[in-house]
Amino acid sequence: MRRRQELLLGGLGVLLAFGVCEAVSRAGLVRRTYLPPASEVLARAVELAGDQVFLDGLGATLIAWALGLGLACAIAIPLGLLLGSVPVVDDAVRAIVEFLRPLPSVALIPLVSLLLGSGTETKVALITYASVWPVLFNTVYGLGETDPLAKDTLRAFGFGRLAVLLRVELPATAPFIAAGIRISAAIALILAVATEILAGFGEGLGIFIAQAGLATDGTRDVLAGVVWAGALGLLINSVLVWGERQLFPWTPEHRGRR
Amino acid sequence: MLRLDSLGQRYGEHRVLHDISLTVPDGQLLCVVGPSGCGKSTLLRTIAGLLPAHEGTVSIDGDPVVGVPDRLAVVFQDYGRSLFPWLSVRENVALPLRRRGMARAERRNEAERILERVGLGGVGRRHPWQLSGGMQQRVAIARALVCRPSLLLMDEPFGSLDAQTREDLEDLLLDVHRAEGTTIVFVTHDIDESVYVGDRVVVLSAGPGSRVVLDLPVGLPGEREQIGTRGLAEFVALRAEVGRTVRG
Repeated sequence: MRRRQELLLGGLGVLLAFGVCEAVSRAGLVRRTYLPPASEVLARAVELAGDQVFLDGLGATLIAWALGLGLACAIAIPLGLLLGSVPVVDDAVRAIVEFLRPLPSVALIPLVSLLLGSGTETKVALITYASVWPVLFNTVYGLGETDPLAKDTLRAFGFGRLAVLLRVELPATAPFIAAGIRISAAIALILAVATEILAGFGEGLGIFIAQAGLATDGTRDVLAGVVWAGALGLLINSVLVWGERQLFPWTPEHRGRR
Repeated sequence: MLRLDSLGQRYGEHRVLHDISLTVPDGQLLCVVGPSGCGKSTLLRTIAGLLPAHEGTVSIDGDPVVGVPDRLAVVFQDYGRSLFPWLSVRENVALPLRRRGMARAERRNEAERILERVGLGGVGRRHPWQLSGGMQQRVAIARALVCRPSLLLMDEPFGSLDAQTREDLEDLLLDVHRAEGTTIVFVTHDIDESVYVGDRVVVLSAGPGSRVVLDLPVGLPGEREQIGTRGLAEFVALRAEVGRTVRG
């Protein structure tokens, strides 16, 4: 019942926002070339679904997204487990991590483009860099949050350090890691599109948006591209939330909601 | 035989236990009572080898305890935290058997058998968090019994259950103890409970540096029953003696 209500309210919010955008444009409050009516943008976005060049670009963006996110997980999860379970390593690496973390990844785009060119390597490198942090920190945090009583229980049955890591700490941390991946998935998408827009050539969703921005009366195409980016983000998030619920039905927030 | 020799324990400057010497013969159900914060749990964790002894020694059958001893099982008060929510009830119970190198089917059968024993036949496929508190603590007891421990440590196991459930589980414990003859150290802050389940009650003084202030054999008949036993003059007298000592 509650989920149905959430869906209903969500739909209502979308409709309202859609209506406002449509009305503002149709009423002539802004010039149509600056802000085309929402219905026209949406129609264009639907039309793009049949455009092979656009779809190829979308594919390129998604491949970079998946590669970058996958690489980030492959780095961040083992590193997080190491940092979270060996305090000496944590102390040694902490300063470097705290130095690198606040660097805004978007600001690194020109530098990395200079080093790696403006192809897939640049995109993947930047996505990886930006997506590492949420997964890394959630892994370390999740390990720290593991209940000491759960660990003691296993130890009292005679299990050793490795068994405690594999049988208690890892399963207890998995939901935190998954949440980190979900946050990173959104960041990775932002980085993929932003890198393309700033690089300005090649292929990808960001390229489509950047090039439409240069054309006369290109606003409609820019906005249609943005709608695609938003829809992708929403889809990815929904799939990941659903996956978490299937994998971790035992966490307090998912109990009885599968 | 479990033996504590001048056992002392401290957290930094704070002295928790002082000069505790006890001998627990095989098959005895020893209750440890004391005011809250007197170090009962610390005593149990030291016997379990989870905490190294600061002074003195713990030994089982003459061998000093270093690390967690073999054939030990522990039941904590907080079943919600000590049962693993990602495992089913059956997987929780079968977990200790993994160290025995048992085959999967064998572990499963053994878990089902012991679940039946504690009155939980048929819930093996559910998850701990889908059960009531009393049932969850039964699962924890089943998990402790599954590898036939020679020493069972229980840290206020029924402390967070309602009165009716607590009495049911006390009787289950007595029943298991009679049948298996396991040595049990049972920590509780409930004076009635200590006299009802114990063969012997030991009272610790209030901290810091708790000592044994009373060591009392419980001469009640072996067969106990919630209403009848608690009405016996002997029960009332024992309870009063323990109560007076706990209050100082």
